[in-house]
Order: sequence, then C-alpha cells, then structure tokens
Amino acid sequence: MGKVLVLILAALAIDIAYAADRAPAQEDPQLDQRVMALAGTLRCLVCQNETIADSPADLAKDLRKQIREKMQQGLSDRQIINYMVARYGDFVLYRPPLKATTILLWFGPLLFVAAGLGALFYRLMRRRKDAVLEVSEADRARAAALLKSDSPEIR
Amino acid sequence: MLAVFIALVALLADGLTLDPHVVPSPLINKPAPHFELPQLRDANKIFSERDMVGKVWLLNVWASWCVSCREEHPVLLEFAKSDVVPVYGLDYKDTREDGVALLERFGDPYRISAFDSEGKVGIDYGVYGVPETYVIDKRGVIRYKQIGPITPDILKHKIIPLVTRLNNG
Repeated sequence: MGKVLVLILAALAIDIAYAADRAPAQEDPQLDQRVMALAGTLRCLVCQNETIADSPADLAKDLRKQIREKMQQGLSDRQIINYMVARYGDFVLYRPPLKATTILLWFGPLLFVAAGLGALFYRLMRRRKDAVLEVSEADRARAAALLKSDSPEIR
Repeated sequence: MLAVFIALVALLADGLTLDPHVVPSPLINKPAPHFELPQLRDANKIFSERDMVGKVWLLNVWASWCVSCREEHPVLLEFAKSDVVPVYGLDYKDTREDGVALLERFGDPYRISAFDSEGKVGIDYGVYGVPETYVIDKRGVIRYKQIGPITPDILKHKIIPLVTRLNNG
C-alpha cells in the first residue's frame, strides 16, 4: 500500500514538473509572439549574423528571457530597444539608426552612384568638346577648292 | 583615378585589421551599472560596485566553463600579486561549486568574486564574450573595457598606464 502511494505521488510530481516546464509557452502566445518579433530585430553579439530570435547561443536565450520579463513589466518595444542599446550599443540593432556616425553607412552607396554619374557626365562633355575641331582658314580654303574641282587632288 | 583606387584599397586594408567581434561598449565613460550580489565564497556577504567608490579597480568577468579564462588566469594571478590595482571578479553564469573549485585549483587572483549565477548583472554590463574586464575609476565610471583575455601586452600598454593616470588624477 505504501509503495503504491509513493508511486502515485511520484507520478503526480513528474506531472507537476512537466506542467511547470511547459507552462511559459502556453501561458501567453501573444506575448511569445511579441518577444520573438522584437528579438528578430536584435543582433546576437555572440554569433553576430543571427538575430536573438534565431540564435541558439546562451546569451540569446538570456536576452529573450530578459525581453519577456521587461514586456511583462509593461515596457514598450521602444523602451526595451533602448535598454539593449544602452548595454550593447547600436550594433545590436539589425537596422542601424540614422545619425551622424552612420550617415556614411546609409548614404555611402548613393555617394558612389553620384560620383560615377559625375565622372560619366564629365567624360561625355569632354568628348563632345574634343569633337569640335579647330580648322584654320587655309584648310577651309583648301577644302572649298577640293569640293569645287572634279578631279581628286594629286600630289 | 589611380589616387581614388589607392585610397579605396587603403581603406579596405585598414578594415581587414579590425576584429568584428570587438564591439565598442556604449558603457565607456558611463557610471558602472549598480549591482548587489552574494559573494562567491560566502553567500551571506554582499558585494556591490558601491563598495569600491573612491578606488580605481578592475572588474574581471569570468566563469569556470570559460576556456579563454584559463588562458588569462595566470596573467591575472601574476598581475594581482603586483598590487597595481585591486582585482575583483564576477563569476558569470556558473555554479558556486565549480567557481570555487577552479579558484582552489588554479589560484585566486580576486580580492572578492561576486556570484552572478543567472547572468543578469552580466547583461547590465553588456557582457557577451567572457572573459571581459572593466577598469572603473574612483567615481565609479567605467573607463575601459577589455573584451577577451587580458594579455601581458594589454596590461603593459593599456591597463597599467590607464590605472596610473586615474590614480594620479
């Protein structure tokens, strides 16, 4: 009888442990979605090419947990992003902010296009200028004479 | 045209010498985040960065599971003996047993190690690659962060000159 009771209790304990293990995932799917959406915009500093949502690194797990806790405390996405940037710098953002130090990052490519277009324009203008030949009066006279005469000039 | 090309090559060549894993910390020149943690060797005692106000000190983030910390450990041990600056530890995401066992086995360079089992203080300090070391000044402001192991070279050229300057200033 005692043994059976122990077994039942053990089975119950396992069940409770299971429930506790799985509870967070079922608790609030909407919150989960919000956590993962925000985590998807943040870079994991360990793997660098993965977001905190995708990365299996321990730090990413901790940060997901941290995001969830902050959300449960009622912080907005913006506030949580600021919290992360204060600790890890702009590098955690997959989408870098537009500010003085990142202007080159944002508009650098445009600068290259502008430089390329400028160079092309400059060359085309020069070519057109080269095409206008300087012709002396003597040459003009000779050309006119040649056009008038029927026979080719023989030297 | 050639000048532009050379400038571009120089720029890219310089980029190759940078280590993308070293991310500049936004905490430099900011007050060290506040924490109160139990000490590793004595769970009943608390260690806080506030205990250190008025002193220049080093906070070294380490863990028993951290491989590069092993490489750093003898350097730190030797440096702590020199008494240039007090070295404190933050045992990050570790178990108390493993942390203490490592110090017993290889020696303890730390005056005190704080015990951050969940790594929450680590997150506040922007820790992402253990070992990391912070130089904190008398007013409790972070002045330097070393990501990755401290080497004798870094001690000689960065940490010791900085600590000397901070102590005199």
